[in-house]
Amino acid sequence: MSGFDIFFDGNNLIRLFQGLLVVVKLSVISLILGLILGVVLGILRTTSFKVIRVVLKIYLEIFRVVPLLVLLFVFYYIVPELLNSEVSNQVVSISVFILWISAEMSDLVRSGIENVPVQQIEIGKSLGFNSWQQYYYILLPQGVIPVIPGVINLVTRVIKTTSLLMMIGVTEMIRVGTQIIENYTVKVPTASLWVYGLIFFLYFALCYHLSKLAAYVERRQVNG
Amino acid sequence: MKDSIPQYLEALKVTVSLGGIGIVLSFVLGFLIALIGYFSIPILKLILQGYIELSRNTPLLIQLFFLYYGLPKLGLPLGKNTAAIIGLTFLGAAYMAESFRGSFESVPKVQIESGRSIGFNNWQLAQAVILPQGLKVAIPGLGANAIFLMKETSVFSAISIMDLTNVTKDLIGMYYLTKEFLLMLVLSYSVIILPMVLVIYLLERRQHHVGL
Repeated sequence: MSGFDIFFDGNNLIRLFQGLLVVVKLSVISLILGLILGVVLGILRTTSFKVIRVVLKIYLEIFRVVPLLVLLFVFYYIVPELLNSEVSNQVVSISVFILWISAEMSDLVRSGIENVPVQQIEIGKSLGFNSWQQYYYILLPQGVIPVIPGVINLVTRVIKTTSLLMMIGVTEMIRVGTQIIENYTVKVPTASLWVYGLIFFLYFALCYHLSKLAAYVERRQVNG
Repeated sequence: MKDSIPQYLEALKVTVSLGGIGIVLSFVLGFLIALIGYFSIPILKLILQGYIELSRNTPLLIQLFFLYYGLPKLGLPLGKNTAAIIGLTFLGAAYMAESFRGSFESVPKVQIESGRSIGFNNWQLAQAVILPQGLKVAIPGLGANAIFLMKETSVFSAISIMDLTNVTKDLIGMYYLTKEFLLMLVLSYSVIILPMVLVIYLLERRQHHVGL
């Protein structure tokens, strides 16, 4: 059997695609919740409450300084101990991802809101908008649109980062691939080349189109 | 707990040295790749664009697995450390090249034309005109990349390199002092990353003063 035939032996290909589905599922759930939380935190970072601003800035810096793999380990070991019960690896992963995504998103939203021209707010004030209306009608719509390319790039980072989850025992694509390779070490010595090659390609296929989309949106925005 | 300190120092050395070598190589290669793009050298430019897309759109972990477990099957056995450095550089050079590219475009065209008019070739232009002016603009991006790459070294534990992350996992398995060792891990990375953040901040500030 040659290396390529591994994909068609048994249900290997189906298993790899199930691994891919886990990657997509974990990314989508953490992105939906993380991005929503990030918008809220981003708005809070532009308000006049100094304490909240400082706390949220420190929150962001933690994710900028500590590698995500380390945070995954911290949660993986600590959360079950704190709750005194078993917590599934996937729940740990989604929790860490939500916190991380919300931190990155909060910074995008903050920069977007801060770059809305001052006149826009003054026009709002002259129309008698209260601060809630200013955020809802002016700052959010104008602040979020320019950061859309940044958000798409965050999505590709999230997808790439799911690769770390195998390290805390989540059965995602790379882990499935490793299991398949282990089954064939003797029969097909080149298994690792083919299987890791395919996974490499699948990650690329997912992220490449998103990167192109981000670049396209950015160009359109620059050109008006 | 005390006995683990020499192990941490050893691991710290592994993380810093592998990360450092990878960052320096990424920096040099990234600069050369950006130059090739800037001067639109045919064929090479196309190949390198393909490389940048591949590298930026795939995770380091699968790049490392492919290098460390896949390539030996093609008769190219790599040691752990070599695979780690090649992997990190494969990833890093693409990011560095993108930062350099952006900064090169900020160098006014008239500067390049002046250089050409006094007979500079591409290499002379690169080191006397483009690099000094581009580097100033590129510092924040390059610095962010360096920090990103240093953090990515935590992935090396997947190919059983005894870096900070891996040593911590081992120690937790041996002594069950989970919280203490996790705290040591977070502190160790802070000790590496925070000075980097500070240096980049100072470089950026100095450059602002010069600019004014």
